[in-house]
Amino acid sequence: MKQIKHHLTDSLLMGYAAGTLPEAFNLVVATHISMCDTCRAALAEYEAVGGEVMLDVEPVTMAEDALAATMALIDNAPKFDVPKAKEHGKGIFPAPLRDYVKGDLDSVKWRRVGGGVRQMVLETSDAASVRLLYIPAGTAVPDHGHRGTELTLVLQGAFVDETDRFAAGDVEIANEDLNHTPVAEQGMDCICLAATDAPLAFNGLMPRIAQKFIGI
Amino acid sequence: MSTQTAFAVKPDAPAGIALYKGAATKVSAKGGARILTTEQTTKRMAWVGQVTAVRDNKDKAAFAELFAYFAPRVKSFLMKSGASPDLAEECTQEVMATLWNKAHLFDPTKASVSTWIFTIARNRKIDLLRKQKRPEPEDLPWGPEAEPDQADALGLQQETEKLGQALATLPAEQRKLIERAYFGELSHSEIAAETGLPLGTIKSRIRLALDRLRHAMK
Repeated sequence: MKQIKHHLTDSLLMGYAAGTLPEAFNLVVATHISMCDTCRAALAEYEAVGGEVMLDVEPVTMAEDALAATMALIDNAPKFDVPKAKEHGKGIFPAPLRDYVKGDLDSVKWRRVGGGVRQMVLETSDAASVRLLYIPAGTAVPDHGHRGTELTLVLQGAFVDETDRFAAGDVEIANEDLNHTPVAEQGMDCICLAATDAPLAFNGLMPRIAQKFIGI
Repeated sequence: MSTQTAFAVKPDAPAGIALYKGAATKVSAKGGARILTTEQTTKRMAWVGQVTAVRDNKDKAAFAELFAYFAPRVKSFLMKSGASPDLAEECTQEVMATLWNKAHLFDPTKASVSTWIFTIARNRKIDLLRKQKRPEPEDLPWGPEAEPDQADALGLQQETEKLGQALATLPAEQRKLIERAYFGELSHSEIAAETGLPLGTIKSRIRLALDRLRHAMK
């Protein structure tokens, strides 16, 4: 994973640090950061910015008994988690993704979506959606544009589109301006984690009809 | 009561770096008014000492001081993020209780206390206000060091202070936009559109201020 070339944007890192992204985006960001020390360091920086923003707000008075109430909470041992990540397992999925799949690659419940491509939609809040995509080597995902933002993180293999080549660990960030036809490279099937905050816009009639049924 | 277990001043430590002494720290951190002083870094090291005292000795006095300083700011941050005063109060108490329970996870070579508390508050915000799960990245393979190095901790605290000052010297309008991004008043696409949000400037100021963190984590 040392040759990651395509990283997260600053706006995504800042949004993740601030906690304002949709859950589906958070999953792609957390999974990429698990594979990428450059973005991990950048995230720590944006979290430090958040800490400084919090220090500079006008303080609001707490309830009179707040400290005592908090000590009572502590005595009752609540289970509120701090950011505490898990370690990498033996499979190909980083820990945050493993949590959503409830296992590694062998636990994925693939559904055929046509052309040999398979997917599994992962459950998140509604603001955006995220899915695993399995694209057989040499296969193209139909030409499509984007109404919102689409993040595609490569987990295995590689794909090539009009803009560049994306290999394991790379993330492609597409918006309204990009119409592309990603093709999985020969040699290895490509597995991606893809999140979008709006339905994809396919450019052919048949893919548009198929879209109704497969829910991309 | 020993409050200096892990961050005891070494005999050869530079004079003037006073660690936690149980004294309340007075702070003038109102927007834009921060001035670079060793006093500010001393304050940050005092927070580190207080968290260490909570971790090692269940020190209630140290906790009370952290509470007095941070709780009103956490509450304000949550209210600005859309929580009602009641919800923000409740949530802040939970954040501070988490600080007590998880003090052993704090690593002063990786984060300032302010950064750490911010991340706890952010996660409660996502949980309570946005009703989402929060996927977290994996740990670094080598994991946290058993006993953080004092010089590294001091360096990181100093650099975080520098970052705070760098942000404070941004023009008021730009600072306001950064705040809005963190309060959740700007969507991701609004941040990405960079309409007036000085992402490039922030980035260069972060880089100038936080070199140590970048090297520690890569």
